Amino acid sequence: MVDTVLQVERLTRTFDVSKPWLNRVLERDEKQFLTAVDNVSFGIERGETFALVGESGSGKSTIAKLIVGLLKPTHGTIAFDGQPMSFESGAAMRNLRRRFQMIFQDPFASLNPRWRVGEIIAEPIRTFGLASGADVSREVARLLEVVGLSATDAGKFPHEFSGGQRQRIAIARALSSKPEFIVCDEPTSALDVSVQAQILNLMRDLQDEFGLTYLLISHDLSVVRHMANRIGVLYLGRIVEVADAKRLFTDPQHPYTRMLLDAVPDLALSGRRRTPVTGEIPNPINPPTGCTFHPRCPHVMDICKREAPPQTATATGAAACHLLTEPALPE
Amino acid sequence: MNATPLLSVRDLVVEFPTRRGTLRAIDKVSFDIAEGEVLGMVGESGAGKSLIGAAIIGLLEPPGRIAGGEIRLRGERIDTLAAEPMRRIRGKRIGMVFQDPLTSLNPLYTVAEQLIETIRTHISCSEREARERAVALLDRVGIPAAARRINDYPHHFSGGMRQRVVIALALAAEPDLVIADEPTTALDVSVQAQIIDVLKEICAERGASVMLITHDMGVIAETADRVAVLYAGRLAEIGPVRDVIQNAEHPYTRGLMGSIPTLTQTETRLVQIPGSMPRLDAIPPGCAFNPRCPQVMDRCRSDRPGLVQRGGRREVSCWLYEAAEKEARHG
Amino acid sequence: MSQTDQSKAPGRLARAWDSDIAYSFRHSPVAIVAGAVSVLIILAAVFAPLIAPHDPFNPATLNLMDGFTPPMEPNAFTGNVYWLGTDNQGRDVFSTILYGARISLFVGFAAVLLAMVLGIAAGLVAGYRGGWVDGLLMRVADVQLTFPSILLALLIFGIARGFIPPAYREEMAIWVLIVAIGLSDWVQYARVVRGATMVEKNKEYVQAARVIGAHPAKIVLRHILPNVLGPVLVIATIGLALAIIAEATLSFLGVGVPPTQPSLGTLIRIGQGFLFSGEWWILLFPSITLLALALSVNLLGDWLRDALNPRLR
Repeated sequence: MVDTVLQVERLTRTFDVSKPWLNRVLERDEKQFLTAVDNVSFGIERGETFALVGESGSGKSTIAKLIVGLLKPTHGTIAFDGQPMSFESGAAMRNLRRRFQMIFQDPFASLNPRWRVGEIIAEPIRTFGLASGADVSREVARLLEVVGLSATDAGKFPHEFSGGQRQRIAIARALSSKPEFIVCDEPTSALDVSVQAQILNLMRDLQDEFGLTYLLISHDLSVVRHMANRIGVLYLGRIVEVADAKRLFTDPQHPYTRMLLDAVPDLALSGRRRTPVTGEIPNPINPPTGCTFHPRCPHVMDICKREAPPQTATATGAAACHLLTEPALPE
Repeated sequence: MNATPLLSVRDLVVEFPTRRGTLRAIDKVSFDIAEGEVLGMVGESGAGKSLIGAAIIGLLEPPGRIAGGEIRLRGERIDTLAAEPMRRIRGKRIGMVFQDPLTSLNPLYTVAEQLIETIRTHISCSEREARERAVALLDRVGIPAAARRINDYPHHFSGGMRQRVVIALALAAEPDLVIADEPTTALDVSVQAQIIDVLKEICAERGASVMLITHDMGVIAETADRVAVLYAGRLAEIGPVRDVIQNAEHPYTRGLMGSIPTLTQTETRLVQIPGSMPRLDAIPPGCAFNPRCPQVMDRCRSDRPGLVQRGGRREVSCWLYEAAEKEARHG
Repeated sequence: MSQTDQSKAPGRLARAWDSDIAYSFRHSPVAIVAGAVSVLIILAAVFAPLIAPHDPFNPATLNLMDGFTPPMEPNAFTGNVYWLGTDNQGRDVFSTILYGARISLFVGFAAVLLAMVLGIAAGLVAGYRGGWVDGLLMRVADVQLTFPSILLALLIFGIARGFIPPAYREEMAIWVLIVAIGLSDWVQYARVVRGATMVEKNKEYVQAARVIGAHPAKIVLRHILPNVLGPVLVIATIGLALAIIAEATLSFLGVGVPPTQPSLGTLIRIGQGFLFSGEWWILLFPSITLLALALSVNLLGDWLRDALNPRLR
């Protein structure tokens, strides 16, 4: 019996990026729309780390914002623990909000520079009314210790800390409402490699200790391989492949996944053969027809230009590629 | 084989006078770059790698200044040059590729105008000749339909294309040395691989040396011949890429390599170096790394280690090897 | 397993003294002198009842025969000596300057406060809400900016005169003055705060607050407001100097404070009438005071703006 914490169905988000009305009238331009997220569906089970991987324009940050309610979906549904999220105000939504949190990418912008660290961490506790009076500072002190800082740091300001320490503060804030589910939007992209290692290890320890479920958004395949149980690969707003973490790297099904893996620099200096990467990500306002990857795909066929491929089940998960329903993928 | 190196840096010191005292950002760094060689300069934020590049090309932002040491280009000193002679060297003999292609190109001028201006500043030729050279250059860096696209403005190009233009600009005057400061950090992974390849090929063709500054060890592994590891403004280790990556000698380098997640490792926990790089005003006496070093000895806390030759153009700054070298010499 | 320095943080006062702003102040002679002058005048005005030898607002104590006495010379009729002389009604110029500065400063501070409250509120709402609210507020601001502020103040004054019964006009004059100057000045605060709000709104700490469902009012007041106040302080300092001059101008034009409670502007108006008949002191001393006050506050504002600027050197 699968315990699904988050279920996303046919999630779509379109932005109106048209020029201002007057310009459009004078220049006789059409309205322009950008579909940042296109019909995305996935589920996350309790206790796992599900990662969404993609480059710029893939829509991964938009999906993170949709899930926590910073943006409203144009179509589709998001269900948390079986309950649909409407993001209207109300007691039901408040109760749901307490159960999930978010960690942001930029450790310098995600903490209010005018607030003391203790107040920053206590904000969710106060907003949800989880404690009051002296209990609050006790809880804040405890959280600071949990993330590897000291209780005396509560009186300091964010600018007195390094990037890695600030990210720890952000994690402490995320933990303060005792959530079950945390969305991590590129949590270590702005950090140095050795600091990244500390933060990733910390996140894993916390997951083991508190039974957390993570949605990890990243562009870094190595980080994702290290942290995730299952991985979804995004391209121009669509999921092109979902697979178990380890097997995504040993047995990629989609040509874009293969291209991404080939592009990762080879630290092991194994001299592995690499297919050169072709082309760049197209403009998301005017995406290619059919399968949006077809202009760059080494195995493109006629049908790819006409029809978007359906999600097909594979040995490792699922992928959206016509090759799976047609002749076998060449090695 | 004792040819004069193309670039020779000896005991370089860069300081920043502040009202709280003078900060030493680069503390006696020495290295050489041979003709046609790609030297990677790797370090985490605050290590000072960008400052070295800026010091070499004479673009240190005041109040920062070179407070000691020598920089020689083909045997001639360039760190003591006045502004005008340095300006002639900049571009003609040393080219620079910056991190952010968005701000490296002037948005108000076409690519043609910027390329032609650079070419004619350093090479006397007619406008038509300069244009031909520029088109050939753009073609060489992989811009399709170069003859037509040269008349576009920077914002008509995508990120990866813009960075190719910046590389073309850096090489327009046929410099002997190209300094590339984080050339791929702002780009997507798939584009990153393309840009690295372009940079490598075009420099190899023209016999230009490259100083590649980055925090990304993977990029170094793919591109560099030798690598220098910087820590807190000092050189920790320098040597051929394969040796340093697969057989790091300095404890910091070892920690660094261990903390990078790769696509092939199987350990569940990343190696983490405790603590963080010291701030410039809080560098400990002796070896800068000693508070965090797993193999620290008493001597490390009081005496700063010099560069120990390890054979094969390899040097380490660590007391662990001083003893071994002494034995090797006298034993 | 602590990652941070365990040493005790230095006390608040020590930190303030050592901060970049205090350092810049200590090393800027202009700022120190301007600060000293401003503080001197402010203190003199605050303690006017204790310092002034006479009360210039009490008609009962005035003696017309004392009028037109030159500074430091005994009066031909009464033999009284006044440091800075007397005006046409026998008021001691020195005392009148002290009390007048009081009024000028009170009106100046209150007007700036009003403008700040209005402007910050408008800027926050416009910046955070965006959309048509923003459009509306900014168009109102644009329209107001097309009028010179003195004309606007005169307009408000005229309207107030129409509403207030004559009996109360004298008492209310100061408040009308404050409202007139304050209302003519809010736009610059609104613009700056709106711009800064729009920048802060997109930062991740605001998004973090939205994720936990904090009320928008709380986000605006507790998260955004502290971060947009910096430039407001600079504008307010210079705005204070301008408000003081505005009050002097309006009083000079005859529509400011009532003539029985003269401010620096009133004195200047009176003195101007007698300049060419030889009683120079009635004009000179109030003018010097006004100049010193406005200039020093202005210079302080300049220094503050440079000190708060991130240093690129």
